[in-house]
Amino acid sequence: MLDLTYETPKPKVIAGAKHDWELVIGMEIHAQVSSNAKLFSGASTTFGAEPNSNVSFVDCAMPGMLPVINDFCVAQAVRTGLGLKAQINLVSAFDRKNYFYPDLPQGYQISQLYHPIVGEGEVLVEMGPGVARLVRIERIHLEQDAGKSIHDMDPNLSFVDFNRTGVALMEIVSRPDIRGPEEAAAYVAKLRQILRYLGTCDGNMQNGNLRADVNVSVCRPGDYERYQATQDFSHLGTRCEIKNMNSMRFIQQAIEYEARRQIAILEDGGKVVQETRLYDPDKGETRSMRSKEEAHDYRYFPDPDLLPLEIEQAWVDEIATSMPELPDAKKARFMADYGVTDYDANVLTAELDAAAFFEAVAKGRDGKQAANWVINELFGRLNKQGLTIAEAPVSAAQLGGVLDLIASGEISGKMAKDLFEILWTEGGDPAEVAAARGMKQVTDTGAIETAVDEIIAANPAQVEKAKANPKLAGWFVGQVIKATGGKANPAAVNQIVAQKLGL
Amino acid sequence: MNANELTIAEARDALAKGELSAVDLTMACLTAIDAGTPLNAFVHLTPEIALDQARASDARRGEGAGALNGIPLGIKDLFCTRGVASQAASNILKGFKPEYESTVTSKLFAAGAVMLGKLNMDEFAMGSSNETSCYGDAVNPWKVDDRKLTPGGSSGGSAAAVAADLCLGATGTDTGGSIRQPAAFTGIVGIKPTYGRVSRWGIVAFASSLDQAGPMTKTVRDAAILLGAMAGHDPKDSTSADIPVPDFEAALTGDIRGKKIGIPREYRMEGMPAEIEALWAKGREMLADAGAEIVDISLPHTKYALPAYYVIAPAEASSNLARYDGVRYGHRAKLGQGDGIVDMYEKTRAEGFGKEVQRRVMIGTYVLSAGFYDAYYNRARKVRALIKRDFDQVFAEGIDAILTPATPSSAFGLGEMAHADPVEMYLNDVFTVTVNLAGLPGISVPVGLDAKGLPLGLQLIGRPWDEAGLLNHAHVLEQAAGFVEKPRKWW
Repeated sequence: MLDLTYETPKPKVIAGAKHDWELVIGMEIHAQVSSNAKLFSGASTTFGAEPNSNVSFVDCAMPGMLPVINDFCVAQAVRTGLGLKAQINLVSAFDRKNYFYPDLPQGYQISQLYHPIVGEGEVLVEMGPGVARLVRIERIHLEQDAGKSIHDMDPNLSFVDFNRTGVALMEIVSRPDIRGPEEAAAYVAKLRQILRYLGTCDGNMQNGNLRADVNVSVCRPGDYERYQATQDFSHLGTRCEIKNMNSMRFIQQAIEYEARRQIAILEDGGKVVQETRLYDPDKGETRSMRSKEEAHDYRYFPDPDLLPLEIEQAWVDEIATSMPELPDAKKARFMADYGVTDYDANVLTAELDAAAFFEAVAKGRDGKQAANWVINELFGRLNKQGLTIAEAPVSAAQLGGVLDLIASGEISGKMAKDLFEILWTEGGDPAEVAAARGMKQVTDTGAIETAVDEIIAANPAQVEKAKANPKLAGWFVGQVIKATGGKANPAAVNQIVAQKLGL
Repeated sequence: MNANELTIAEARDALAKGELSAVDLTMACLTAIDAGTPLNAFVHLTPEIALDQARASDARRGEGAGALNGIPLGIKDLFCTRGVASQAASNILKGFKPEYESTVTSKLFAAGAVMLGKLNMDEFAMGSSNETSCYGDAVNPWKVDDRKLTPGGSSGGSAAAVAADLCLGATGTDTGGSIRQPAAFTGIVGIKPTYGRVSRWGIVAFASSLDQAGPMTKTVRDAAILLGAMAGHDPKDSTSADIPVPDFEAALTGDIRGKKIGIPREYRMEGMPAEIEALWAKGREMLADAGAEIVDISLPHTKYALPAYYVIAPAEASSNLARYDGVRYGHRAKLGQGDGIVDMYEKTRAEGFGKEVQRRVMIGTYVLSAGFYDAYYNRARKVRALIKRDFDQVFAEGIDAILTPATPSSAFGLGEMAHADPVEMYLNDVFTVTVNLAGLPGISVPVGLDAKGLPLGLQLIGRPWDEAGLLNHAHVLEQAAGFVEKPRKWW
């Protein structure tokens, strides 16, 4: 594997009216655990089901109902922790976060405030070739999702859908290590990629299966280094939390807006108020969600319905043995084994199934050529048609067959693209299609010699010119290829033309 | 003698011999319940279910029939029973009929039991006199002059029904003494098992870390039979223990020779009535006469138990009762024009919860709130750990069971405490809450009458999971006391 050492990216600097400012960002990502059943009830988690159809007596908090932990969700959290190189806590515990809202039937969310299942870990966020930010993870805990309140169906009534109630979430909490809007988006993208590799969250942001709360503050150049030296958070400025973001683009816009808002306040001699804010993408601004007087007192306390969650090291080890190869390792291996560029390796490893496709094509073939074909022809075509890799009409075996025909000199690069097109629209075995369509290059020297002889005989003036100036031999090569309908192997033609002209 | 006056063991034997049918036994109870209306013990009757179950149990009599085949029971209103009103004696659950059956009642039915109906209780099991019920007071069948007395609480309806022979046994629940205090007030037996022995699934929660269901019966043997049917591991309750249930009835050998009975000096409260003191001494003598060794012990943190209990129980209750919000089931207040969601919560909960429940929800909310959590809730948890350690230590020193009074007095008059400081009512639990805080089994056994002619009970506290040993000690105490008095039938 390649030993990749990275340079740390420069923090984003925003020039205020008076001086420069730097950004400090920490994130809480809520990732829905991929699981068929909810965290504490056996109810299904299928997305898009009829409202209130995936609801058990436990989910809607009927009297006397009790939660029972879903072991699979625990395994998923452990797997995620291992994927983020994090500490796995063999003993963790669940707490109740109390507040009233119609989409929270119990009147409390079961979460893990005091003893999370996963402790400190890290995520490497690449910002360019050889440049990456190491974002420290503070903790990951398991908790229940809430239901959905629907306010726009009736002018006088609100409705509630409990399908999502009790679905397992992992809250992944970072340290304030992210230093700009682009880094924030890249962090979410990297985390999403890792979770998808692990199969612990599908990362579907549109459905809300991956949401981010973004904590933003601004400080003066040098303050961050003072924080690093002292671990004193006061150097980082007062933060605001922007809630519930589910788009990379909006995350960047919101951070940019929020930083400028805070800078304006500070340069005006004011103070930033620590508060929860919402981003309005239509207006492109953040606004205060609730004032301090309305701030919730969640009255956290240990959930007496659940015993402390104790897991065995042997079980964690068992999960560790079934870990997939993760993006960083895969990228390094692609660069080392297939000689692909840093950029191409990033593209090829972005999604697990794309990487698998590439690897099936590249194995035993020219890696760089395989990368070019997968990225330019395959991905290009998929993007144009809005298809996923799983829907690709050309399989890895078919594309590999095309590359084999190029490598053996049986078809030209140009022909290969035509062949790819035919395979895409009509399917078939590459070698058979190439043969049936007469696409194979003529390497039969006898046929080429005949063609060369004919052209030399018909063009004595050109022969004289070429003998005087060997660079003009190319004209004969072109004529021969034209005469053979493009099928003659250019290398073979070159050689025979030179020989016949006595060059 | 009417069939309803039989004990569970007697009825079981009569049914087995064919001397009695479950239908006749059930009819006798239904007749007694009808006559017992003034006691206000049963609040929802289920005669059709009862007779169906009785007929079915008659049909399957003999080998393979369950331990409670044909035995008519009353069920505390706190247990969810499918299709039958289950309201926790609260207006906020008015009309609530669950679509599920609690684990305990499922097990009882599987053992062949017959459900006569639902029993009165304090609202959400919060109270010591059954005066906080939305159904009105349950009345103690024992009486002094013409004064109506409390049957105790919260399982007041269960206690009154069993003491008045309206049913052969009943289920109760005990969070701080709610089985043992009413049992003592009505001259019956009540056991709170070890925390985790009986599933809490389907029982309306009051304080999850303290709640435990148990039987209320006429005799210790009946308690052993009924507990055997109620107990057992339930995967639906994460706090339920996966350990085998012994044959409790078989453990009633009557032999306690060489056992060590601890007498905790801290339970000798200041101002304790002489009668209670004398009863306690009598209990010591009876156990000593049976060959047990009486040992003075110390449980030094006892005096902190009641305050700790009245922090932890309301804290858990404030959270457990948050689900009664008018959104999905139960009562919802009529809303005015422009009322929002907060108005709905406030009006619904103000109308649906009685005063005592509201008081405890507010106390619980307060002790968990930011800035007070450590001073109250966390400190109470530490006290709880110390109380448990007190017990662990004496058991480690070889004590087999601990004998204490069950209550500081006999039953008091209904309405007598209406204007008292709530803390005076809470003092009823002074001998019982330690057992819940430590998660231990505790049993109340009727031992004698006071000068007014009212029953008094003694409490035995056992080692964790040793209900079998505890029941045997209680059985010896019961036999020695020979308590056979019944309330004069005035209703």
